[in-house]
Amino acid sequence: MTSIFRTYLARLLPQLIALSAIIIAISMTFPGFLNLEIQNGRLYGSLIDILNRGAPVVLLAIGMTVVIATKGIDLSVGAVMAICGAVAASFITSGHSLFETILITLAVGILCGVWNGILVAVLDIQPIIATLVLMVAGRGIAQLVTEGAILTFNDPGLIFIGSGSFAGLPMPVVVWLVFGVLVALLVRQSALGMLIEAIGVNRQASTLSGVLTPVLLIAAYMLSGLCAAIGGIIAAADIRGADANNAGLWLELDAILAVVVGGTSLLGGRFSIAASVLGAIIIQAINTGILLSGFPPEFNLIIKAAIIVFILVLQSPRFRTSFAFLAFPRRAAKTTEQEAK
Amino acid sequence: MQTSSDNILSAVRIDKGFPGTKALDKVDFHLQRGEVHALLGENGAGKSTLIKCLTGAYRRDGGNILLDGVEVDPRDTFDAQRLGIGTVYQEVNLLPNLSVAENLFLGRQPRRFGMVDIRAMNRKARELLSEYELKLDVTRALASYSVAIQQVVAIARAVDLSGKVLILDEPTASLDAHEVAMLFRIVRRLKARGLGIIFITHFLEQVYEISDRITVLRNGRLVGTRNTAELDRRDLIAMMIGRELAAEIHAAEAHAAEGGEPRYRFRNYGRRGRIDPFDLDVRAGEVVGIAGLLGSGRTETAEVLFGAHRADSGTAEIDGRRVDLSSPRAAIREKFGFCPEDRKTDGIVGDLSVRENIVLALQARRGWTRPISRAEQNRLADLYIRALDIRTADREKPIKLLSGGNQQKAILARWLATEPEFLILDEPTRGIDVGAHAEIVRLIESLREKGMSLIVISSELEELVAYSTRIIVLRDRAHVAELGGERITAHQIVEAIAAANERRAS
Repeated sequence: MTSIFRTYLARLLPQLIALSAIIIAISMTFPGFLNLEIQNGRLYGSLIDILNRGAPVVLLAIGMTVVIATKGIDLSVGAVMAICGAVAASFITSGHSLFETILITLAVGILCGVWNGILVAVLDIQPIIATLVLMVAGRGIAQLVTEGAILTFNDPGLIFIGSGSFAGLPMPVVVWLVFGVLVALLVRQSALGMLIEAIGVNRQASTLSGVLTPVLLIAAYMLSGLCAAIGGIIAAADIRGADANNAGLWLELDAILAVVVGGTSLLGGRFSIAASVLGAIIIQAINTGILLSGFPPEFNLIIKAAIIVFILVLQSPRFRTSFAFLAFPRRAAKTTEQEAK
Repeated sequence: MQTSSDNILSAVRIDKGFPGTKALDKVDFHLQRGEVHALLGENGAGKSTLIKCLTGAYRRDGGNILLDGVEVDPRDTFDAQRLGIGTVYQEVNLLPNLSVAENLFLGRQPRRFGMVDIRAMNRKARELLSEYELKLDVTRALASYSVAIQQVVAIARAVDLSGKVLILDEPTASLDAHEVAMLFRIVRRLKARGLGIIFITHFLEQVYEISDRITVLRNGRLVGTRNTAELDRRDLIAMMIGRELAAEIHAAEAHAAEGGEPRYRFRNYGRRGRIDPFDLDVRAGEVVGIAGLLGSGRTETAEVLFGAHRADSGTAEIDGRRVDLSSPRAAIREKFGFCPEDRKTDGIVGDLSVRENIVLALQARRGWTRPISRAEQNRLADLYIRALDIRTADREKPIKLLSGGNQQKAILARWLATEPEFLILDEPTRGIDVGAHAEIVRLIESLREKGMSLIVISSELEELVAYSTRIIVLRDRAHVAELGGERITAHQIVEAIAAANERRAS
């Protein structure tokens, strides 16, 4: 058991180091950053805020990881968030129960994934093009659902998902933690993880070995759609309304970035959901940190880009081989990476 | 040793070490003007290391290189090209999306007023290629031509750039017989022009067809240089791998697994445009060899049998029971296995470990909901690593880092782990070193003795003769002859292919 723990730790080490460095840097410029306090049985503080604000990207990154592991990409997740937010808002305002609303919203997200999956797996369209279709069309669909307006609602149950708390943690954090653990368990305790990696590395060889490639590919995009649906519900519940134009806007890019920062290759194959979640948290920590540190907002994006470039350089194979003698832990991470799976 | 005036290129006492291994140990190599010199050895013998030292891709640790009697020290491949040493690799490394002319003159395009003079470039390209009996539309993209043509373009570029020494690293690996013949015509012509040509290949027939001298390396050491005409095949193999293994490969035995009811019965089985409908019976404990020239439908036969391409005519029966073999999954359910010809694209899953590659087919058959426990995976992997002598540091090493022969064994292990009853092997010994070659031949024989039914496709007739109980001969995507018993000889196979040819001609 300890050895399994150690290999996981080794795989996640670069992300953990990057995250700690960022947190330390922020806490030096903004002393109150690490403070946590409990009010009304709920934790408050900047760290909690990062986990909470980062929820949509964390969720998208979970699905995106699996899609990228199949050597695919899902550009439509931001738009699917908007569709699902709109669907949730319109169902709840038209008098459906919370349970029905959530069920239908999740189903819509999965359906979007099926669409993407069929384009990729059955019609053999390149994933970037196949999912671009829904990325462009999705916002239109969302606007049709909301009929062009921002659809607001006050159902307390739905709002609770966005701003309530459970066991001291904000609901969005609880949702992504539980969902992330479930997905990670599902892929690693079953053979899904290995089969998905095999498809990502060599689809043809996997098919010839009897792997049911089309079904698994569609399943990967379905998972991504499901993640986007949950993210869409949280985003809508947070602002108590569905904004077809802005919900999830550009988040697909943050999700892809989170996966990359998490060390999963865009060429498919080896993946780690935990690392992608950490990647998403890193991105959110950078966002929050820049805001808190009081830099003029016009610098934000540039600083963010610089930090990300730095993290990616740390991960690049060339850097690793040139500085292998310095970075013993990273090298250990590289060799144990295979064992962790 | 020749006098230095005959030698266009001499490498003297070349040393090269990598961490933990000595890749080249004081190797001497002399290339004469106007000769084709085959450089042979098992995988890992040091052939490519020697070539890379000659072309400056590696820095040698010791020794001298003399070109035309003058000591040279190529710093990199460009430097070597400038000095006169050009190299053409198996995977053509030109730019497929540029035109033929652009590829020929890349980096040295004729200019006019500072702009590339496309007309002049195309004209010069046509002139250059006419020396190679090639009439191409030089403005078309290189990718629109076959690999063989691309290969010739690469040679033309290398010769035009360098002009003294031409190194051909497995140039024929993906060419068919006609293309090989064309390539060899060009090689002979270049030889007549006085170029020194180094030829690396796994195909021994080609060595005998084209080369004047042979140098053999083993484990980084020079075994010797001989005149091709004075070295018989058996001795050559012995030089490459040592005596014992050589004897084994050539120990053809008689096979008498005739009689008994066929277990597998394919009737009128085929797929339009790929392979004409054929009848095929396979008994338990029988190896059916499939022979034919490249493009005769051998791989297509295998793919239809395995369901990689669905058959559109005919029926398949196992023990008299009609079965559906419309997809690899369906075939695997009937305990079929298939080692494809192109290991890299159809066989290995490169980034995954040896262990995962071995359990892949078994896991796929069980379905994702029933994972094979890690302990069981380790047991299976270790079992087959030991049984097939797969040389790997450990079972967790990514399979892409293994040599070709060991990758092939791992893919065999993948199928053996599913306990197949019908195994299709497409060129199982292609492009692997002679030692692994012998082991795979032994494995095929032991599987047959255990009662498995096998279909083996191979271009190496002697190998087919050694283990097949029957041989099917293919020609133009149709099964044209079946040889059994006494008639299984390389000579008979060639006759059968030729006879089919004549029938077609008449």
